[in-house]
Amino acid sequence: MSVEPLLVVQHLRKEFARRGTLLSSGDAAPFVAVDDVSFEIPRGTTLGLVGESGSGKSTTAYCILRLIEPTGGRVLFEGDDLVRLPPRELRARRRDLQLVFQDPYSSLDPRMTVGAIVEEPLRLNRVGDRSERRAAVAELLELVGLRSDAVRRYPHEFSGGQRQRIGIARALALRPKLLICDEPVSALDVSIQAQILNLLKDLQDTLELTYLFIAHDLAVVRAMADNVVVMRRGAIVEKGPADRVYAAPEHEYTKALLASVPIADPDAMHERRLARRNRKLAVDTDDSRDPGLPPADDSPTAERLPTPEEISRPV
Amino acid sequence: MRRQEGDDSAPEAPLLEITRLRTAFSTPHGQLLAVDDVSLALDAGRVLGLAGESGCGKSVLALSILGLLPRPAGHVVGGSVRFDGIDLTSLPQRRLADIRGRRIGMVFQDPMTALSPTLTVGAQIVDSLRRHLGLGRAAAERRAVELLEEVRIPRARERVEQYVHEFSGGMRQRAMIAIAIACGPDLLIADEPTTALDVTVQAEILDLLDELRTAHSTAMIMITHDMSVLADLADHIAVMYAGQIVERAPAREIFRRAEHPYTEALLGALPQLDATDARRGRLLAIPGQPPDLIAPPNGCRFAPRCVWSHLDDGCAEEPLELHELRPGHWVRTRHPRSVRS
Repeated sequence: MSVEPLLVVQHLRKEFARRGTLLSSGDAAPFVAVDDVSFEIPRGTTLGLVGESGSGKSTTAYCILRLIEPTGGRVLFEGDDLVRLPPRELRARRRDLQLVFQDPYSSLDPRMTVGAIVEEPLRLNRVGDRSERRAAVAELLELVGLRSDAVRRYPHEFSGGQRQRIGIARALALRPKLLICDEPVSALDVSIQAQILNLLKDLQDTLELTYLFIAHDLAVVRAMADNVVVMRRGAIVEKGPADRVYAAPEHEYTKALLASVPIADPDAMHERRLARRNRKLAVDTDDSRDPGLPPADDSPTAERLPTPEEISRPV
Repeated sequence: MRRQEGDDSAPEAPLLEITRLRTAFSTPHGQLLAVDDVSLALDAGRVLGLAGESGCGKSVLALSILGLLPRPAGHVVGGSVRFDGIDLTSLPQRRLADIRGRRIGMVFQDPMTALSPTLTVGAQIVDSLRRHLGLGRAAAERRAVELLEEVRIPRARERVEQYVHEFSGGMRQRAMIAIAIACGPDLLIADEPTTALDVTVQAEILDLLDELRTAHSTAMIMITHDMSVLADLADHIAVMYAGQIVERAPAREIFRRAEHPYTEALLGALPQLDATDARRGRLLAIPGQPPDLIAPPNGCRFAPRCVWSHLDDGCAEEPLELHELRPGHWVRTRHPRSVRS
């Protein structure tokens, strides 16, 4: 039985103009942050998008949401090409696609109460009247496992895990079909990380959500993904069902990534270390291949990604 | 005298011996005991892993050893830290600074806060070598290049002239390690040295630390929230929870036969790379939050989150000491795994 994909990404491309330097004005070849990326996500499933910094995984997500304008390609959401949708229709469609951020510390407005934060998407989209929205907020907080008195409190009163729950409640307010989770647990301690991953699994089951789950941690992705896409320097190097990719990776880079993940077993870790040393990894990492590369945070991609504040406003 | 248990090769005093250390912070809401009655010993050339989650006191413990607690809020209020026989807690700042530069190296999570942005990487190494080892300029400069080579920074001769911002994340971490080992320290304290790095770079830095340990027999304290990075690096592991050590044992014991419910939970919460049913199953989360350290629970601090506290034998009310369950394996709980069944 084949399931109709909720999202189909075809030949997605994003170029950034390089900044001119003192001696050369900006006529250098553009930086290709996303290069011919194609994948699809069947309804109700999770696609894990894996890669290291600079791999283009977040830029891909922002292009899907058109928070960054793609240079080329198609993003078909229930058959509609989001890339070509006029602003008004895009705005309506965007309610179905919501984003959960990495950093629950900086993505929530510290001056707003939790109730106002979760209600805001409803208010801006003129959903319901005040009392209906209030009821919806209470329901959302319960859904993500927060106590109802959270409504009147402020983000700083909550721990990292609870703040991520607030972020998830807000993302769910408009009842989206697709949730794009961008490193949702990488800022959290392992025990709290497990709570949030379990919550995301439960929400997927009860609300029939589809996830694009972006992470650099391959073990975390293993726990979440039905299918996996591995990206490196803007391009897909491998994709397939998670069971297959983890058990029998085909691309050298995927093998190198999997061989690098630390695991809580002294003997297995020792073997992995020896294997790494002997193999000298046929695949180089960003660091060892070209030490002259600028640091990742100087890359044109990082520089142009919108801030969480910009993104959390509806278009 | 307390000795690093399970180690029969060290008849002399340990390199580092922490005894009943207590570190407090003054806060507007009262005194917060961030490190509460911590005792540890580390022999020369050994690696101690210090594991625990945010706020458990592991970093404050490191800062207490180094005399780098933020003043005036933080201060050691009890116990001692003896390094090679010298009590660091009562040492004047100048002598402490000398020991820090020469005999104890430090590696932090974020190189940008630990390294100077206005000096070349080489100049920072040269400064340290000249001040602490009295090397001449030319000798120090030669040594700086050697050190960058030792931490596997390619084109060391060029890189030594560069500034930290010209380095990538992994290279910055290597540069910080080069500076930390410049004077041939006896002890290296690394606080989450790979947390901010990509996995392949993380593996390289862990391999590098392993090589350094083998090559120079430098003792290390490796602080992390991710137990798996300690798996084949640490000789011993101490697990901290809410300011206290709750379990301490040889690393293999911790991974194979963890006794404390918290250690078990921490290991159980790690997603498994090779789990085939991972997609369908749920992870073993630890419910709730760590306690408030201004008014911690009287008894076991983990009791409110512990699956065994329902046995209601008073473990949540009465103070618990760390006790030796079997030789070398210390635990602070009334419900160690091997006793439960």
